[in-house]
Amino acid sequence: MSASTLAPAPDAPRAPLTKKALTADHPTWCPGCGDFAVLASFYKVLEKLNYPQEKIVTFAGIGCSSRFPYFVNSHGGHYIHGRALPFAAGISLGRDDLHVFVFGGDGDGFSIGGNHLVHTARKNPRLTYVIMDNSVYGLTKKQTSPTSPLGFKSKTDPWGAFDQPINPMRTLINSGATFVARSHATQVNHMVEMMHRAALHDGFSVVEILSECVEFFPGAFDTSIPRKGGSFQAIELKKHDGTPEDEKRHDPTDELAAFQLALEPWPGKFGVYYENKTRPTKNALEQKLIANTREKTKNASDLDLLQKTFAKMR
Amino acid sequence: MVSPNSPETPGGPAKPGSPRTLNDVVIRLAGNSQDGIQAIGGFLARLAGRSAQEVMTYMTIPSTISGGPSIFQVRMGTGDIQSSGDRADVLVAFYQHSYESHRSSLRPGGVLLYDSDHVQPNPDDKTITAVGVPMTSATVEAVGGSSKEKGKNIYVLGLLARMFDLDVAKLTALIKERFGGKNEDIVRNALLAFDAGHAYPAEGLRDCLYQLDRRTPSPGARPQITTDGNTALAYGLIAAGVRYGAGYPITPWSSIMETLRVELPKYGGLFVQCEDEIAAISTALGFSYGGNLAVTGSSGPGLSLKAEALGWAVMAEIPLIIVNVQRGGPSTGLPTNIEQSDLMQAIYGSHGDAPRVVLAPRTVEDCFYTALEAARLAREFSTPVIILTDQALATRIEAFDEPDLERLMVTVKADLSPRPVGFKPYPLNGPTRHAPPGSIMEDGKYPTVTGLEHDELGHPTANPALHASMTVKRREKIKAVAATYKAPPVYGDQSGDLLLLGWGCTFGPIHEAVGRLQASGLKVGHLQIRHIHPLRSDLEQVMAHYKHIRVVEINDEGLYGYGQLTTLLRARYCNPEIQSITKTDGLTFRVSEIVELVAKNLGITSIKSGARAQSVLAPPTRG
Repeated sequence: MSASTLAPAPDAPRAPLTKKALTADHPTWCPGCGDFAVLASFYKVLEKLNYPQEKIVTFAGIGCSSRFPYFVNSHGGHYIHGRALPFAAGISLGRDDLHVFVFGGDGDGFSIGGNHLVHTARKNPRLTYVIMDNSVYGLTKKQTSPTSPLGFKSKTDPWGAFDQPINPMRTLINSGATFVARSHATQVNHMVEMMHRAALHDGFSVVEILSECVEFFPGAFDTSIPRKGGSFQAIELKKHDGTPEDEKRHDPTDELAAFQLALEPWPGKFGVYYENKTRPTKNALEQKLIANTREKTKNASDLDLLQKTFAKMR
Repeated sequence: MVSPNSPETPGGPAKPGSPRTLNDVVIRLAGNSQDGIQAIGGFLARLAGRSAQEVMTYMTIPSTISGGPSIFQVRMGTGDIQSSGDRADVLVAFYQHSYESHRSSLRPGGVLLYDSDHVQPNPDDKTITAVGVPMTSATVEAVGGSSKEKGKNIYVLGLLARMFDLDVAKLTALIKERFGGKNEDIVRNALLAFDAGHAYPAEGLRDCLYQLDRRTPSPGARPQITTDGNTALAYGLIAAGVRYGAGYPITPWSSIMETLRVELPKYGGLFVQCEDEIAAISTALGFSYGGNLAVTGSSGPGLSLKAEALGWAVMAEIPLIIVNVQRGGPSTGLPTNIEQSDLMQAIYGSHGDAPRVVLAPRTVEDCFYTALEAARLAREFSTPVIILTDQALATRIEAFDEPDLERLMVTVKADLSPRPVGFKPYPLNGPTRHAPPGSIMEDGKYPTVTGLEHDELGHPTANPALHASMTVKRREKIKAVAATYKAPPVYGDQSGDLLLLGWGCTFGPIHEAVGRLQASGLKVGHLQIRHIHPLRSDLEQVMAHYKHIRVVEINDEGLYGYGQLTTLLRARYCNPEIQSITKTDGLTFRVSEIVELVAKNLGITSIKSGARAQSVLAPPTRG
């Protein structure tokens, strides 16, 4: 096989990953931004996962939340607006040994990157995508975003937005994402649980996190913050314990039930909407294709293969 | 079959039984896209390759899904054949429209071979030999059954084999190879059709029988292979060790993508068909970032879509190969025609100061070697490299020496070794070297790659001095590429009246035009530029040896009167002798066109186009 890589020397026993080791540049976000809590939760997730540090890759598109990879001490980077998913798919498909995380906002993911979101979901490469949804363009200072609610007054809709907003959960389930969850930046334990589950999912896993922009859309998510008078409704998942209470709990493998949850009125519920553990990843399908093809060619060397091909052109 | 032409036609039959020997012949096949005329052309081209003869083809395919006129022109013979021939010696016309559209391409004295079931040639046309053969009905009769007229193309191949005394054993072997994988009936029907065509009586062919001069291959010569430019490019990438790629369908790039999608898994790699052009370059960059040089590609409009991501690759200094198989533009333009109008886009297209490498293969064979050079430069300089090929190279078939793969094959693995303390991916005074993910950073600090301006470690910064010095770093890196070129020598006169410069598919016609211009007394040299950006460093010295410099390119002269490469050369060298010869009819340059345009351009009336007025098939003049 020529397409692999030179592996590093076998690892010596290592100390567990700590927040200290994972911390990089100090975040450039505004004080009070919801993204700080997402970052803190992500450090906890990585500590729990305890992957070898050099195997973690964080990537992002453009936007406030897309600065994320600078603040995580791992391999990674900052790509162009809206296109981080196909880039990350290339990392994952070319390097199955890595753990790939993509971060971005609602404009990056649902607007300029909308087509990529749909097709990455369809292809199911093994990677985790965290969308920090603040329902506004923050980096460019308050324009209407694809998730801005009707009536939101922005610089591009001073009279109040009138384009129908995207329903992220519905869009993701409909596109075929194999793990779809929703969380809230004020709920650290919940975020950690959702991102941890997403990371362990074998396929394309997405967590949408409502993360308030205190500068340009303060109070956007108050209706789901108990201390501000709202209520945070977590999704209870089926335990399959045969109790009558279990009847009412959500079965994340039930696509129709997931759609029904997605259609609940704002602010909706938080937790795992959908999980499909049976659909193979693109990584696995491509590896199978390679294995089958190489079986047919009897693992011929690259030189043999190419020489035979040219001989046929004589 | 009785020809509508009377026997007194000047281009009448040669004496039976004494075929005339020819050096080379140009055969144009004209029909519809579903007639399989490309298959006939392909068989003839491969036969020529196997017979150690030179061959050059030219093909137009309609952009419609099925149907529509299509032609294939093949020139075969001995000697130095570099162009597919300006005009044809034989025109095979399947339909009335084929006859009417292509009659003018036939040289006086040439042979019109037409399907008498469909075509009625002008009976007053006495300057050619018209040979009618009931191709459709004879095929139906020979093959029988329900196959109808399928196999008509192979019947015509049999006819041509008869006319030119082609090697029947080799041709039948090729037919068996081509159809061998399919069901036995198909091979049998093809051979029946071929035999029927080949057995067509000499009188019916008006005794138009010829023989191509055969050349014995020199001992120790490498075997000849026959293929098109897109195939040569795809396998060149594989030879260069490229194992990953991503693309989106667009004509005429698609066949490279199809080849790589099927071939790369055999080599342990993979090619992803993406949702759009932007995703394709992004996925390819993801592969490259992972440590394995990748390829993406497209044709003109697709390159426009990839331009933003290309800018990122320049800023982040990620190696990548980007193929642009040019076609006529702008916009959807002429999707199945040739134009060389993406040169400026290749060099400058994106945003900001974004220097990158641009290479242009000049022949089908050169597509293979350009892929190798592109991969070498991308890795060595950690840069995107654009391969600027074109529709003519992509689709035409040429024979050339089989590459010496044992010597050329490249194997590269990603370097994931631990990086020492103090590692900097972007040193200001050294080459950029990335640490792909998976590499342990011994100082515990992991690198980021970014489209933001950054310092030597890759951290974003808007420091004015640093942006200036990083811009210099990216520029000087690309300038240094030129020192690694093995640039080809000048062909023809090494000094004198005129230097013809070209790039891409115009190599063959310019090459032949040099001979004709020399015959008229001019001292002429020719240089076909593969290294478009940066230019080879000795170009100024080369040009200094000539009085006039003419750049031949298939694009528009633009608002200021110069083609795209000409504009660049004039800006670079401030030499007013650099002038353009351009055209935009969607077709490759004919040799005579170049000769005539040069003559006009230099104001020399004594130069004739030098094209053979008479076909080689014309009988010797009597008396």
